[in-house]
Amino acid sequence: MEKSLLRFVTSGSVDDGKSTLIGRLLYETNCIFEDQYEAVKKTSKKTGKKEVDLSLLLDGLSAEREQKITIDVAYRYFSTAKRKFIIADSPGHEQYTRNMVTGASNSQLAIILIDARNGILTQSKRHGFLISLLQIPHLIVAVNKMDLVDYSQEVFEKISDEYLTFSEKLDIHDIIFIPISALKGDNVVSVSSNMKWYDGKSLLQILEDVHVTADRNLIDFRFPVQYVLRPHQDFRGYAGTLTSGTISPDEEVLILPSGKTSVIKSIVADNKELKEAYAGQAIVLTLKDNLDVSRGDMIVRKNNLPHINDFFDAMLCWMSEIPLSGSKHYLLKHTTQTVKVYIKKIHYKININTLHRQKTTDLTLNEIGRVEIKTAKPLFFDAYKANHGTGSFILIDPLTNHTAAAGMIREIPHTVSEWKRSMPLAISHHEKNLRWEAGNIPLSIWEEHNGHKAGIIWLTGLSGSGKSTLAKHLVKELFERGCQVMYLDGDNIRQGLNNDLGFSQADRTENIRRIGETAKLFFSQGNIVICAFISPFQKDRDFVRSLVPKDRFIELYMKCDIEVCKERDPKGLYKKAYAGEIPDFTGVSSPYEAPAEPEIAIETDVKGIQENLSLVLDYLVKQQFIE
Amino acid sequence: MDHYKQSHLKQLEAESIFIMREVVAELKNPVMLYSVGKDSSVMLRLAQKAFYPDKLPFPLMHIDTGYKFPEMYEFRDKHVKKIGADLIVERNEEWIKKNAHPTYLGNDKCCYYLKTMGLLNAIEKHGFDAAFGGARREEEKSRAKERVFSVRDKHGQWDPKNQRPELWQLYNTIIDQKETIRVFPLSNWTEVDIWEYIKLEQIPVVPLYFSKERKVIIRDNVIIPFYSAETVDPENKLNIKNSQVETMMCRFRTLGCIPCTGAVRSDAKTIDDIIREVREAKKSERENRLIDLTSDSAMEQKKKEGYF
Repeated sequence: MEKSLLRFVTSGSVDDGKSTLIGRLLYETNCIFEDQYEAVKKTSKKTGKKEVDLSLLLDGLSAEREQKITIDVAYRYFSTAKRKFIIADSPGHEQYTRNMVTGASNSQLAIILIDARNGILTQSKRHGFLISLLQIPHLIVAVNKMDLVDYSQEVFEKISDEYLTFSEKLDIHDIIFIPISALKGDNVVSVSSNMKWYDGKSLLQILEDVHVTADRNLIDFRFPVQYVLRPHQDFRGYAGTLTSGTISPDEEVLILPSGKTSVIKSIVADNKELKEAYAGQAIVLTLKDNLDVSRGDMIVRKNNLPHINDFFDAMLCWMSEIPLSGSKHYLLKHTTQTVKVYIKKIHYKININTLHRQKTTDLTLNEIGRVEIKTAKPLFFDAYKANHGTGSFILIDPLTNHTAAAGMIREIPHTVSEWKRSMPLAISHHEKNLRWEAGNIPLSIWEEHNGHKAGIIWLTGLSGSGKSTLAKHLVKELFERGCQVMYLDGDNIRQGLNNDLGFSQADRTENIRRIGETAKLFFSQGNIVICAFISPFQKDRDFVRSLVPKDRFIELYMKCDIEVCKERDPKGLYKKAYAGEIPDFTGVSSPYEAPAEPEIAIETDVKGIQENLSLVLDYLVKQQFIE
Repeated sequence: MDHYKQSHLKQLEAESIFIMREVVAELKNPVMLYSVGKDSSVMLRLAQKAFYPDKLPFPLMHIDTGYKFPEMYEFRDKHVKKIGADLIVERNEEWIKKNAHPTYLGNDKCCYYLKTMGLLNAIEKHGFDAAFGGARREEEKSRAKERVFSVRDKHGQWDPKNQRPELWQLYNTIIDQKETIRVFPLSNWTEVDIWEYIKLEQIPVVPLYFSKERKVIIRDNVIIPFYSAETVDPENKLNIKNSQVETMMCRFRTLGCIPCTGAVRSDAKTIDDIIREVREAKKSERENRLIDLTSDSAMEQKKKEGYF
């Protein structure tokens, strides 16, 4: 069987047993050698310790052994029959953030150790925050030293619950709790009989089994050209590693920044040709056309482009003794290109103990903050969250040549004003002979980029007719099919944009007008906009219809008997309306005008949600909105 | 999804290739240090892959002390010729003429003059700004703290407390004039990985790695190969008697200079035997490397001076 590879980071601080745990993992998997072990034993004895101090094994530098602290990230290796493991062992005290971020940047999993006697400390939370910031897909919280709390289930559960509650504030998706004793070996390699109440796997079993293939982005093909190979006149190959996605010969591709298109001729890997290449493979691509492509260019699919911009927001982790202030010019290395940049603004820094944002004018060593960056030429990037390879960068101080910061590009703002503010970018689209600038991208280009038509789906009907339920199912379904979808409903509009409006006829008209204009903006940038509003008046609905081309507005009538609505009454509104507490309530004290010619009419009191959902989807396919 | 699963060896391979391409793209005049050992063999094979169908875009350089095994010289010349690489051989002739020898100078000094000085002089002579080395982090505790791209000052020295953090695959290769970078594409490989890859790729290695009956003498619990009294004790100061020379089944886990490279008792005659032996090994790979044993931080000291 072929082994797979798992890289993980361990974090913890003095006395939490991290070194003991790593020592045990290495020892039990036969990855500590006798001569190394004997050397450690000798030193342990010399320093008057009863037990063999496995942490000595881990401190590589003489200064570390002298000062009895770990200065730098160290890399450890062990393997089992199933997997090879690379541990990035980051020390807990000095330079903590810098080391943890360094170790975490290439990790697929993180282990946080918590001392069962002390419970959750500020630093356990700090570790969690960094793991969330670096978007490590899997987190194991190991509650250690269980032997010192009598293997108490209660203690373990209290810590787990508390940490779980805290982690809800973070962006962590997969979190596993495990009670262990690294010193005694409980639940480290095999499941311990001392904790019969624990019905999970041992730590090593978890490490062996955790599924990591799915963590990679295999959707968005991104190939930063690393090096051009020209051994002779007849061969021109582009060497590089696929950051994400997959690619095959005969696929059409687009080269950034030139915007030229071509077709993959072959994928060369050593003296073999591949039928398909995927994220992580180091390959050479050849193209059918003879184009001028060089290092720093990016090969992508025509219908799946990264952001192309010379302006973006990022989270920075500052790693230099020289703070970010005063002179703010740096070099930025992103994929295979290095460009000059200017830090325009520091929005805030994060107090990593409280997670609160603080106004600031500088960033010092180990601080994390959000900044605005302007680059000398456009970069081709994705948000870090969607794509680590095209969303990460480092800043280099041009004076010292030192790596000054690690950066993660934030998701692109969705509001119109921010979009318009983004810097203009010109890439030519040769086939259509079109040029566009950011903020001025024609709908057809959006639609080609998204791979579906844009439109407004307008759900109208009485309160309780099932609009939100159907709309939410529809949003989820379209999202999962990869569509750009925007959802507007009474709750999210009335609380914000329209919180100055009441329920009089005039206000209702204004309400729908604003919603219509909002929907139009999203529509014009390629979204399928799903709107769920009672919208009782035909003229208001017709106004929205008039904002977009004829075949792009889908009126969806949610037909439901008012008696059924009253019975459902999900928000208790009918009850209040009949009690006279809500004036102008549609269907009770205000009229509802049913659509005369809706594109789709659904009898929600007769059919179930799945049936109604497929009805809508069938319509969208038939009208070629989606495939 | 499993269709897109890379084995650990393929992932290590891709990482090493990425590193090599990055060096060639960003630095002006790189060289690959070639010590003829198993790690060098793997590194060389990876370099061929990284630049196929082109030939290697850099020369190989062997820092020769004159004390290597005859099998190593023979293998080196044959193999380099076969793959069509350019090989530079550099020796610190000044100290070789002075008869620098570990038995008399001591290991540390001998290494310093013949290897470290030899390397630093050669790098300066050819104006190399980057040198690939086959060192692995697993080998030795100070190497566990080494960067993949290790910046050296104008004297070739390593400052472990002032290393650049390495994030993602974004390697900072910017250096000032006279500074150089040592690059370790095999940083994350272990001894077992190396042998598994040699098997997978059928990479030729020096026959000294395979076990056979060899003449040895035992000094301070280390099994030293005995080619002739000349190699171990050229001036006959140790008074080695023929009765001390014995024959045993042994092989070498690492290769260096004859007087400083200990053998291990072994029956491993094939690559599969070796993989099995290494997996079950109770002793570390460098336990018989006399040059590591002089003190607790022998390697760290050498690296600070400019050793790779």
